[in-house]
Amino acid sequence: MSTSVVLAILVTSLATFLSRFLGAITSKGVKETSKLFRWFNCLAYSTLAALIARTIMFPVGVLSDASYMSRCIVVLFCLFIFFISKRNFVYPTIISAIMMTLLSNYL
Amino acid sequence: MINKEFFFRGFKSILAPDSPALALGCCFIAIGALLKNLGFNIQESIFSTMLTYALPGSLVMAESLLVGASLLNIFLAVWFVNARLYPMAVSLFPLMIHKSQPKWKYYFSCHFIAVSAWLIMKSNYKSVEKKHRIDFWIGIGCATWTTAVIGTFIGFYLSDYLDKNMMMGLAILNPIYFLCMMVGAMKTIQITASVILGLLLGPIFYFFSPEWSILLGGFIGGTIAYFIGELNVN
Repeated sequence: MSTSVVLAILVTSLATFLSRFLGAITSKGVKETSKLFRWFNCLAYSTLAALIARTIMFPVGVLSDASYMSRCIVVLFCLFIFFISKRNFVYPTIISAIMMTLLSNYL
Repeated sequence: MINKEFFFRGFKSILAPDSPALALGCCFIAIGALLKNLGFNIQESIFSTMLTYALPGSLVMAESLLVGASLLNIFLAVWFVNARLYPMAVSLFPLMIHKSQPKWKYYFSCHFIAVSAWLIMKSNYKSVEKKHRIDFWIGIGCATWTTAVIGTFIGFYLSDYLDKNMMMGLAILNPIYFLCMMVGAMKTIQITASVILGLLLGPIFYFFSPEWSILLGGFIGGTIAYFIGELNVN
């Protein structure tokens, strides 16, 4: 393994573990019925939603080569499938991959 | 020690019909293929997934290496992207803390904090007695972590057979799955407002500051949602 790649991996894992560990340490004094817990719960859901929206609208990596329209079509169609399939998670997930592969061929 | 019954109950939860294992595995297949294309060998790819176990962080590292960023730049970029793990940990561990459980379990298992495992735990914790929730959580974490490692391994060796369009198909799986899970979790006014505001504010803040958009969108959206929920209760 090349040294620079190993160092980059170690630095990445340290930066990732830091947030997790600090969360575990500081959560000790937080009661699950407290207002602070409810606030952090809101922050967690909102941050995840922001991450998902950013991943879809401003992606990095291979998804950034897919057209904006194809990403929007896949998201809207999969949400439609999610609701008509009585909130089943599996159907929209599988359909999204197939649709994206096909649409990126034609759009 | 870890209670085997609850550990395996957690581990098996990824076999449920609505489990994120499929989406998670497919996304790490894409990561494995991406790392190979960047010049990583199989050991480095597996090592990366085992130690980092966070998709956006791995992507940022890969992109940073590609442009020749310094180690400090990589550290800061990954830290910003993965800072979302902090509120996730604070909103999860109080549900699992029990005085009869040793502290090492909590410190060890914080490595498993990731969107998929967090969402599974959030939707299942009520079915497990509080004393055993940490063992259940370690089971979920081990299962999703194993799925990620296996996905990376498969992706690394499949990369020669995957064209760009198929890689795009794999890459969209995870955000779609998480989006559906978040919409499915919108059962209280606070969570509903949090999700909707996060979805709106994340991209809006991107125009002002791409690096801070997730944290700012999450912080402001979550705080507004909290007050909306509190006012509604009062």
